[in-house]
Amino acid sequence: MLKLLKRLWVIMKSPSTASFGFILVIGFLGGIIFWGGFNTGMEATNTEAFCSGCHAPIVKEIRETIHYSNRSGVRAICSDCHVPHKWTDKIVRKVQASKELFAFAIGTIDTDEKFKARRAHLANREWQRMKENNSQECRNCHQFEYMDFSEQGKRSVSQHSTALASGDKTCVDCHKGIAHQLPDMKGIEGWQ
Amino acid sequence: MKKILTAIFTASVIAFSSPAVFSTEEVVLTNNGGVPSLRSLVEVSDVNKAEALKKVPREQHLIDRNYVQQPPLIPHSIRGYQVNLNANKCLSCHSFKNAGAMGATKVSVTHFITREGTTLSDVSPRRYFCLQCHVTQADAKPLVDNTFIPVDSLR
Repeated sequence: MLKLLKRLWVIMKSPSTASFGFILVIGFLGGIIFWGGFNTGMEATNTEAFCSGCHAPIVKEIRETIHYSNRSGVRAICSDCHVPHKWTDKIVRKVQASKELFAFAIGTIDTDEKFKARRAHLANREWQRMKENNSQECRNCHQFEYMDFSEQGKRSVSQHSTALASGDKTCVDCHKGIAHQLPDMKGIEGWQ
Repeated sequence: MKKILTAIFTASVIAFSSPAVFSTEEVVLTNNGGVPSLRSLVEVSDVNKAEALKKVPREQHLIDRNYVQQPPLIPHSIRGYQVNLNANKCLSCHSFKNAGAMGATKVSVTHFITREGTTLSDVSPRRYFCLQCHVTQADAKPLVDNTFIPVDSLR
């Protein structure tokens, strides 16, 4: 085994007889294939089908909400809200998600009861994440600058033109449970 | 013995089945008795064409009560509002604590009283499910005419 490694090291170290141009082209093509494959693989973990693999009942909850069925037929899928769109942030979140793979392996929420018991914790973590990045995932579609207050309801205007405009509050402070069932809301600001 | 049993069985089958077939036909012919119902004059077995769903306006003016004890109606859309064991979206604005800041109508203190007459510090469980009494209104024609007029002093 050690001999094999040593031979491999010698091969890797010794200069090859291939032309510089050939190595460059091979490297370039290899880079495209590797990078494309990596990104495609990562995007595959952003599909609804992938999420449903473990979170099927939660994925279904969106169907009654405005983010699934609405008058204009635009909809959001899990990753639109739960995965950052900016590449660097996305990688960070994906690395964090490796912890969730471990939770999947040991079955942290693999029964309905376990999930219900943990739901408030999970929701709180996501709300906290959204609060910290100023609800960036909401704002990827809903941009404050283009909100027409004359088209909004009276109740919406009174909140958006004050607390949201001043940066006092962020979207998720009020808009909780807009795509899911809510956990026990006792002690959450603005609830009960 | 077996023969007698078979005879009884056959007789009973004939006795019960033939009038049954006859009466089913009769029921089909007269099941609405010629009286039009809210679904108009159709057979009980017919399924009416579903009407288009009524749209609830996003906002409307406060709706007057028709009688003194009527639960006030909801003058806005409540799509997606969750009212269940975990959360009550109505109370996010209408609770005593939040109503002032949100400019909403306060929940009445009568809602804090349990059925035994004890006043609690928050909404009593029997009054927790707002939508059992308070409902949204769409622009729909009344199905039945109503001639109710409150007495003068309460108008």
